[in-house]
Amino acid sequence: MDTLKTQQVTFKVFRFNEETDYLPYYNTYTLDVTHEEVVLDILNRIKWEHDGSLSYRRSCRHGICGVCAIKVSGKAVLACKTRLFDMIDVFGNELVIEPLSTKRAFKDLVVDKKDFWDKHAQIKPYLEAPIDEHPVTENLVSPHDAEKLLEADYCIQCGACHYSCPSVEINELYIGPAAFAAAYRFAADVRDDASVERLHIVNEEAQGVWDCVKCMECAQVCPKEVNPIEKITKLHNMVFEANIAKNNVATRHAVGFAHSIEKHGLLDEGELVRYSEGNIGVLKHVPVALKMFAKGKIVLPWNMPKADKLDEIKKLVKSSSTVKF
Amino acid sequence: MEKLKYALFTGCTAKESTPEQMMSTLAVAEKLGIELVELTEASCCGASHLQDYDDFLSLVLNARNIAYAEKHGLTMVTICNTCQLNTAMTKHRLDHNAELKAKVNAKLAEVGLEYKGTSQITHFLYAIIDDFGLDKIKEMVVKPLSQFNIAPFYGCHNIRPSELQNETHKSPENPYRPTSLDDLIIACGGLNVDYEEKNKCCGFHAELQAPRTAAVLTGNAVAGAMDANADWMVTPCPLCHLKLDTQTHHASVAIGRDVSLPVLHMQQMVGLALGCTPAELGLNHHVTKVDFV
Repeated sequence: MDTLKTQQVTFKVFRFNEETDYLPYYNTYTLDVTHEEVVLDILNRIKWEHDGSLSYRRSCRHGICGVCAIKVSGKAVLACKTRLFDMIDVFGNELVIEPLSTKRAFKDLVVDKKDFWDKHAQIKPYLEAPIDEHPVTENLVSPHDAEKLLEADYCIQCGACHYSCPSVEINELYIGPAAFAAAYRFAADVRDDASVERLHIVNEEAQGVWDCVKCMECAQVCPKEVNPIEKITKLHNMVFEANIAKNNVATRHAVGFAHSIEKHGLLDEGELVRYSEGNIGVLKHVPVALKMFAKGKIVLPWNMPKADKLDEIKKLVKSSSTVKF
Repeated sequence: MEKLKYALFTGCTAKESTPEQMMSTLAVAEKLGIELVELTEASCCGASHLQDYDDFLSLVLNARNIAYAEKHGLTMVTICNTCQLNTAMTKHRLDHNAELKAKVNAKLAEVGLEYKGTSQITHFLYAIIDDFGLDKIKEMVVKPLSQFNIAPFYGCHNIRPSELQNETHKSPENPYRPTSLDDLIIACGGLNVDYEEKNKCCGFHAELQAPRTAAVLTGNAVAGAMDANADWMVTPCPLCHLKLDTQTHHASVAIGRDVSLPVLHMQQMVGLALGCTPAELGLNHHVTKVDFV
């Protein structure tokens, strides 16, 4: 029989009631926790045994509804499937319990997810197809076509990735990784007729996929292994493949790599900035460029290094390229 | 111990905007007796942007780079977090997808190459920690950095996603509590400072497309290190270095506070502790002046 292992843990729990508090504060609770308990068990014990006013969301208790997502010492988790001992292994015996977004909390660990749902709605998260009201057969999708979704349909919309994304935190227009995963899920569905329309939405500057900082945190934090950044990359690819990429700084930044590699094997950093920004836009980088030049950090065009066996690289760029811009 | 030998994938910045990174890598490798065979045939890894435009082309080019390391029969060592991510991710995808590997190899065959999957890929940070050993570095320190509070800045692509870390490294980082740089600082005799932003994004990859987002992230990182009383920052990623070293004016404007700290490459920090001269380590190439040596 399993012996119950126990550790004493101090929990610093975020408290805030927008109806009575100007500022949030933290309450501290010290509890003995067992190796069988998950974070939700502790929230329940705090509420039931210490302070009945603590508010948090919980529902399915099986990691499938996503409502109990919170942050433990900065890491977004589903409270109902995250073992306390795993958290203690990483963060030690003092754990900070916070809502997914402290600035969107209105009662303790409960956040207003309006921005999340608005952005989700923005990408048309539903199948658009003509409906036969009297079908004689099912509208079947082959296993091969179903695989193209790359398990994007596993998203439970818990918001863990959304509220861990630095771009979401800084840029309020940015749609965010969860909604992008949903956009991919429908754009990749062979039955859908609105893919191009959806790609136009994610292709817009400021709100779209081009503002991803590529930090990989969405992939790291997703409790269902949806890997949102993989879907963001796919959406980038689909924008080019659908031939709807706009000629702007974001797209030219991606395309510039191919040009540079074909020419030098390596990236021509200075030329990439000029190519991406255009001849006028590049001027705003001149002050920094001058400082870098003074420190020997700018390679002039005639000194641009080239990879050995450049012919080989040129040949592969030519034969392996799959899109045009 | 058998002499360590790696195939060095320099990436592009070490040849251009961070020459000091190349200088310090070679200086430290020499001090540690590590042999580096430079992959002069290697192309740019695409830096996570070529992949957005043409994923297949990016796979082929990265597979070609690894194929050259395989020809030498060596583990590939990278000196850039993003090169590390893109190369390791290519290896992961090809090693787990026979159909994709065959498609890529059909292209490589056109230039007489084959990706076999025999070479491992590691970052120089992990090569010196996992393979050379922190204890040995500690023994070799001649100028301990004991006067300095040093802020580690890990850089996203060395610590996330864990899937690649777990495949690649003997002691995988936990992205929420990474330890490698902190351990290296301590081994060099310095005092590692803790701050919230040490495992966060510097914003480099969005600098042109989303300049405000990028500048806020840079500002937050430097401000976090300053608030933790750091004398300087250290990073294993030349892209993070470029952002933190050269973009402090934009960062200061973005967060409404003057931020600036010297930012050393991981190799420069180790080199200083091992007794290399500032000139050997290229400390004169920094935009934010390194004025403590």
